[in-house]
Amino acid sequence: MTISTLTRGGAQREQQHCLRKMERVIIAMQDPDIGLKMRNQRLLITVIPHAMTGNDIMEWLIQKYNITDEEAGHLGGLLVQYGYIYPLKEPRSLILRSDDSPYRFQTPYFWTSSRWPASELDYAIYLAKKNIRKQGELVDYEKQNYNLLHKRINHTWDFVVMQAREQIRASKQRRKADRIVLECQEQAYWLVNKPCPGAFDVFDLGPERCNVLNSRVILNRRALVRNRVKSSICLESFMKFCDQYHQHDPIMSGCLPSNPWISDDTTHWTINTDLVGTPTRLRVERWSFSFMELLNDCLGRREFMTYLEKEFSGENLCFWEACEDLRHGESSKIILKVEEVYKTFLSPGAARWVNIDSKTMERTLEGIKQPHRFVMDDAQMHIYFLMKKDSYPRYLKSDLYKNMLSKAIVPQETKKSVFPFMRRQRHSSPSPAMVSQATEDNGKAKGAGPAATNSGTLS
Amino acid sequence: MRFSISPEMATQEVQPNETLSNLKAESDTLKTKLEDERAKLHDVELHQVAEKVDGLGQFIMKTRRTLKGHGNKVLCMDWCKDKRRIVSSSQDGKVIVWDAFTTNKEHAVTMPCTWVMACAYAPSGCAVACGGLDNKCSVYPLSLDKNENLAAKKKSVAMHTNYLSACSFTNSDMQILTSSGDGTCALWDVESGQLLQSFHGHAADVLCLDLAPSETGNTFISGGCDKKANVWDMRSGQCIQSFETHESDINSVRYYPSGDAFASGSDDATCRLYDLRADREVAIYSKESIIFGASSVDFSLSGRLLFGGYNDYTINVWDVLKGTRVSILFGHENRVSALRVSPDGTAFCSGSWDHTLRVWA
Repeated sequence: MTISTLTRGGAQREQQHCLRKMERVIIAMQDPDIGLKMRNQRLLITVIPHAMTGNDIMEWLIQKYNITDEEAGHLGGLLVQYGYIYPLKEPRSLILRSDDSPYRFQTPYFWTSSRWPASELDYAIYLAKKNIRKQGELVDYEKQNYNLLHKRINHTWDFVVMQAREQIRASKQRRKADRIVLECQEQAYWLVNKPCPGAFDVFDLGPERCNVLNSRVILNRRALVRNRVKSSICLESFMKFCDQYHQHDPIMSGCLPSNPWISDDTTHWTINTDLVGTPTRLRVERWSFSFMELLNDCLGRREFMTYLEKEFSGENLCFWEACEDLRHGESSKIILKVEEVYKTFLSPGAARWVNIDSKTMERTLEGIKQPHRFVMDDAQMHIYFLMKKDSYPRYLKSDLYKNMLSKAIVPQETKKSVFPFMRRQRHSSPSPAMVSQATEDNGKAKGAGPAATNSGTLS
Repeated sequence: MRFSISPEMATQEVQPNETLSNLKAESDTLKTKLEDERAKLHDVELHQVAEKVDGLGQFIMKTRRTLKGHGNKVLCMDWCKDKRRIVSSSQDGKVIVWDAFTTNKEHAVTMPCTWVMACAYAPSGCAVACGGLDNKCSVYPLSLDKNENLAAKKKSVAMHTNYLSACSFTNSDMQILTSSGDGTCALWDVESGQLLQSFHGHAADVLCLDLAPSETGNTFISGGCDKKANVWDMRSGQCIQSFETHESDINSVRYYPSGDAFASGSDDATCRLYDLRADREVAIYSKESIIFGASSVDFSLSGRLLFGGYNDYTINVWDVLKGTRVSILFGHENRVSALRVSPDGTAFCSGSWDHTLRVWA
């Protein structure tokens, strides 16, 4: 047989767990101890070994699963339809007759689960064989398929005919009984895999589910047109980043005055609280690394706001903050917040009107009619990049920033303790939960920096 | 023959008449083409570029705190933004909030389920979220009244159809991102418990997730038992990038501090670095002597070091740029199951099946 093994076969078929289950039933049916009693069946003048009657199958199913005739008939019928059992008499009629009609188990080589999808080439060879053996043996739909294939894979037709002839020759050398069995098996396989149009089709699987294969194809198609950056450029950026932040990485470079976890001294945390009076130099330097660094630091953001207000563009930052609040806030407040944002920033004559390009404004105003969490995204992005490209670089050159930098403190490194065995007292700190409960003003309470207190000593 | 896809074709949906066999063939072809495209722009290896960088000197990190109090395997932990508090969860259902600096326990909750595999601290420091075999993610506001039963104020937020493997608050206390053994990730509104977005695409349990630090703040990554690491758009629910080079389950994913790359730790005993702009794996951190899987990974503040907690009880420290192992830390007496660097990078904390947590610096 030349039926090609599709080793990757049926990632889709994996999904058909029912096939696995059917196979388990089939295997149980052939079990020497608990399975069916098979015998030789007479087919016309030939004796076919290892066959059973439809009745046998029914009986076995009823016994094994403790089910009714009807159910056994139904289950048995399915086993035949899916090609695991085939009839010897009237092979084209894939039904289970509960009389003494002979049936055989399909060989695992031809199981639906292992031989899918059926290869066009193999089908062509099969049809060619039939044609050669007995002219006119092909029925209508088979003739049609044959002609279609002849057209489609015309370039390999010589090969097809050659294979067909070779297989016929080989089969002639077998014992008649074997030959008939093999022909029946092959025929049964093709009846299931290339059914007569209108007949039951085991491959009618309904609408395509969002299966793994489907989404993977879509993903890969999209991935192919993605813009990729050369490795050398990407990797270079890692060097730069690591280098830029090297001094700021306490594990790499230590921290001043000392690492609290090592020295038990929380000064490092005290001097770096969110809204400390005078920030450290490292911290202020970091604001110049990227716009996001500046915005993520409360102190930095406050300084930036002061600068913007001097330039009469403070509303940009306020707008951005309001959009962030909308995006990350409670679902229940969305409609209210969108209204507020519109009134304060977008409506004509608004108190803090933001300057967005007309296209974005149009889109946003349209979107506001059906407010949702992301309705301000476009506008927010526009303002963000405006600040990033324009105000931010100017801020870094401004006196405001430069003064901050020069005022910033550089703590002295704590000398190693003379008596290294004397451990400091580890002071506790107020829980952020308490601090935020105490604050009256609203909004997201950012993690409040704990101030080291002398309350309680714990070791 | 050059295989070209027009942008229009790329966005086409799969046509209904495309048979499964055609799809399979196309999928395989596309995969090969994709590998080719990715390879075209790969003009240099990371360790080559890193040759000009100074090597790291002697590296000493020690356990500075040991947190004892869990009665069973510690499964997960997270830092509070205040840089010293920690929440941890364990197999016996206990969730504990510690001031790791003083090693004091500040709050404790007993969950109604065992194997609390996920826990997270809210950005405000006022609440914690946790979940596990109960298939849910619940939020507990942290009350300072010692007498108050925290469990009473518990709020059920997320509901999955299988165990909760990881959870994380987004930029505020109001939204939670979860991943589950049911193969999906989901975004929830805390106040109402409403599902805001679900993310489908993994073919098996999703084990981990991490939110991007990028300025547009709209993406996150997830890793699963299908060996894939996916990048998701939080707004649309779509998977925008996917990486499949690991040979086994991905237990942990973590963004590089710049947001342009991420690291993963897997049962195949390797950690890998994936660059999002180059769209490929750019480094593998492995050694023949490391046989057991990496359960949890995190970067130091500058991204130069990658800390990995492993199932053979050790913590391996990797030089991200040079690809070499800088140090191996011993101390835990059972699997390391969780590992996170503190928000200011001064230390990292590891949680283990030996019932303890350790803070290293």
